[in-house]
Amino acid sequence: MLSLNINGANHSVDVEPEMPLLWVIREQLGLTGTKFGCGIAQCGACTVHLNGEPVRSCSLPVSSAVNQKITTIEGLTSDSSHPVQMAWKALDVPQCGYCQSGQILAAASLLKRIPKPTDKDIDEAMTNICRCGSYQRIRAAIHMAAGTGKGIGSVIHYAGPGAANAKTGISTDLEIDH
Amino acid sequence: MTTTTMKNQNQVALTRRQFVVSSAMASGGLALGFHFPAAAQSNELSTLGGSEINAWVVVRPDDSCVIRIARAEMGQGTHTGLAQLVAEELECDWAKVSLQTFTPGQNLARKRVWRNMSTGGSRGIRESHEYVRQGGAAARIMLLQAAAAEWKVSVGELSVEKGVVTHAASGKTTSYGKLASQASKLPAPDPKSITLKHPRDWQILGKSPRRLDTAPKVNGSLKYGIDTVLPGMQYAAIKACPVFGGKLVSFDASKISSRRGIKAVVRVDDESVAVLADSFWRAKSALEVLPITWDFGANGKESSATIAARLREGLTSTNNVFADIDQGNVTEAIQGAAKKIEAVYGTPFVSHACMEPMNCTARVTADRAEVWVPSQNAEASLAALAAVTGLPLEKCEAYNPPLGGGFGRRGGTQDYVRQAALIAKQFPGTPIKLIWTREEDMTHDFFRPIGQCRLVAGIDAKGEMVGLHLRVSGQSINAYVSPHNIVDGKDRRQLQGYWKDPGESQLGYTVPHLKVEYAMRNTHVPVGPWRGVNTNQNAIYLECFIDEVAKAAGKDPLAFRRNLIKNHPKHLGVLDAVADKGGWDKPLAPGMFRGIAQFMGYGSYTAAIAEVSIKGNDVKVHRLILATNCGHAVNPVQIASQIEGSVAYGMDSLQSESSVKDGRIVEKNFDTYPIARMYQMPKIESVIAPTYDFWGGVGEPTICVVAPAILNAIAAARGGKPVRMLPIKNEGLRLV
Repeated sequence: MLSLNINGANHSVDVEPEMPLLWVIREQLGLTGTKFGCGIAQCGACTVHLNGEPVRSCSLPVSSAVNQKITTIEGLTSDSSHPVQMAWKALDVPQCGYCQSGQILAAASLLKRIPKPTDKDIDEAMTNICRCGSYQRIRAAIHMAAGTGKGIGSVIHYAGPGAANAKTGISTDLEIDH
Repeated sequence: MTTTTMKNQNQVALTRRQFVVSSAMASGGLALGFHFPAAAQSNELSTLGGSEINAWVVVRPDDSCVIRIARAEMGQGTHTGLAQLVAEELECDWAKVSLQTFTPGQNLARKRVWRNMSTGGSRGIRESHEYVRQGGAAARIMLLQAAAAEWKVSVGELSVEKGVVTHAASGKTTSYGKLASQASKLPAPDPKSITLKHPRDWQILGKSPRRLDTAPKVNGSLKYGIDTVLPGMQYAAIKACPVFGGKLVSFDASKISSRRGIKAVVRVDDESVAVLADSFWRAKSALEVLPITWDFGANGKESSATIAARLREGLTSTNNVFADIDQGNVTEAIQGAAKKIEAVYGTPFVSHACMEPMNCTARVTADRAEVWVPSQNAEASLAALAAVTGLPLEKCEAYNPPLGGGFGRRGGTQDYVRQAALIAKQFPGTPIKLIWTREEDMTHDFFRPIGQCRLVAGIDAKGEMVGLHLRVSGQSINAYVSPHNIVDGKDRRQLQGYWKDPGESQLGYTVPHLKVEYAMRNTHVPVGPWRGVNTNQNAIYLECFIDEVAKAAGKDPLAFRRNLIKNHPKHLGVLDAVADKGGWDKPLAPGMFRGIAQFMGYGSYTAAIAEVSIKGNDVKVHRLILATNCGHAVNPVQIASQIEGSVAYGMDSLQSESSVKDGRIVEKNFDTYPIARMYQMPKIESVIAPTYDFWGGVGEPTICVVAPAILNAIAAARGGKPVRMLPIKNEGLRLV
């Protein structure tokens, strides 16, 4: 039996020491917020915190996590109140959402390490894959959570149905801040 | 030449689906809230404690409104958009709206009252906006009629705002929650009597309320298909012959059967073997060391080189070629032109690589079959399940949780449903969760079709293009997944974006002498729709070549396009919109270069400008401006999300390739198949320029202009030297 501390609770699991932490979390403990994406530590969908540091649980043998502090998305907060989660909701970051548990944990870890990250810090820390391409919303949400402005991001120009030029669609004059 | 001999599963599915469509038999079903239940509970769609006004709208006593949604949510925001369409006409309080999905069995049981559940081709909103808005309007009318009857006044004397009904003359007010029960008993109004609102009067549409499905995506609580857990469930890992069309000969189960947790090793079909265990990791780890003998067959000799040679032959062959457009005399026009420009472009197979790997959970008994599957078309999933089990449709059900990405991979080709059902059939009553490894996912995709394109143009002394001869040689999606769509041997779908007919995917340019041809050259590699489908390759071929012609003519790429496109004002409109917001006429910083592209697909008009710099072999995309005229903008912020997402997905067109060696795919995971990452992303500006006189798609149209805009900027940075054979690593370049 291996002893694990996940989201503040102790668990004993009877598994092979080489079983990746991901599958212990998902299948043995039923915490499915942590996702399987690639199995080779490339995409980051399986990101959890090990003693506060982001690790890719698909490639981490459970034996190396014994008696250490593991935090999954379910344990980041009990009410989605982490500044990163709040910003994610405010900017509608997720599209399909499958990678976002990992993205949020990677972002939370970045902000703990660098409370006021630059775009370059974000580029270097946020290596998780999002196939829907929510990257610039993620960037904007990190800046929002950190209070560091907009940075490189996205801009929306939109002409509403009431706009005088809506007929041609050529000129668009309303910029939406998001 | 070896073409595929694989069974065409999608044909089976489509045939069955046609049966689904034509038969409206009673079926089992279950109650679905917004969250996805683990098992069947009842035979009818729940009204969640409220009154069903009509198929689309349930109103509860607390005034909250439940809106039924037929289409699949895979991230594109269609659930929120469709709810906005209903809510606008319903005149309810948006803050009190929630969603309810349902199963194909429930749709069948009610004679397909919710119509099409298929979610692809950017059709979710553009195809159903009218009938879902009518559903909302009809419910509003019935609620008002209930109030009028109660107060003994005429409906015309009533007004409604946010679900509160007012009779101004008497000062009486009431709310939808109090009227719902009576309203639900009234006859539905004649749809012809319903007038839908003009966009100028929209309160909920055209605005950007937050998505209704975000909260469970930020705390890990949303249950995707891969998260399905059923009592007594076993896990399955599968391996199909890595060479497409190859066969499973034998396997030696004794080598793994004593490993911990292994329950069984089974032949799934002629080409696949699966290991069942009490844990997915145990199943897939055992499968990795299972001795398997394959018969690769003749396809084992195929490679990217043999495929490229076949495509090259098609560029000039007279065999198996058809002209979709042949106007004027293109040969004479080009021969007599002042200058002739010629180029051959090539685009590789690329992979969908949805973040949630393919998966399906199945439970089959002698008289009931169920699947829990992320699907873009739950009705096709149901049909595939019925086909495999031989059970009638009313004894089958397909539960459709939210998808961890779709991009066309989870549409008509329900291969994972077929596999899961074939396995579950061998273990009656035991739920089987089949999960593909990423390696299986990228080995057995339905890839974006490979193609080459030869383009020849003639320009006259004034630099005007007088003739254009374009021939695509490459693989056909229809030939693989839907051969019934090929009429008289003419597969027009591969020429998407070059069509003369307006509305869907029209060529914007007018050239006096024009010939557009397709030479179908199929391979043994399965192909299918990939976000944006054939607009991706076709926009690269044409839009990069147009830049070559403009350069030869000594013209500015925007000015050259504007002259060619002037007969099509909507194409011109987005081109001008992107040029305006992109500042095409403004100088760039030293070392920065611009590229522009336009195209039409999925009923929408799009254009893009890219700003790029190159240092050595490193290409940096700094800024992309993308314009779309999608007709009507339901939720501008979500449209922008789709545009932004197009940029990341569209970068596959530049840097990714699923290549073939020894008959199989080489790039099996993200270490060898590059996916756009944060550091590669440019600043993105979305220009949403609807003209409110048609309804176009949103999820796919902008993707096709991403790559050609960037490629044209790359060519500009290289003194006009284009990248013609993709990916860009073929020229030693990479995206940084």
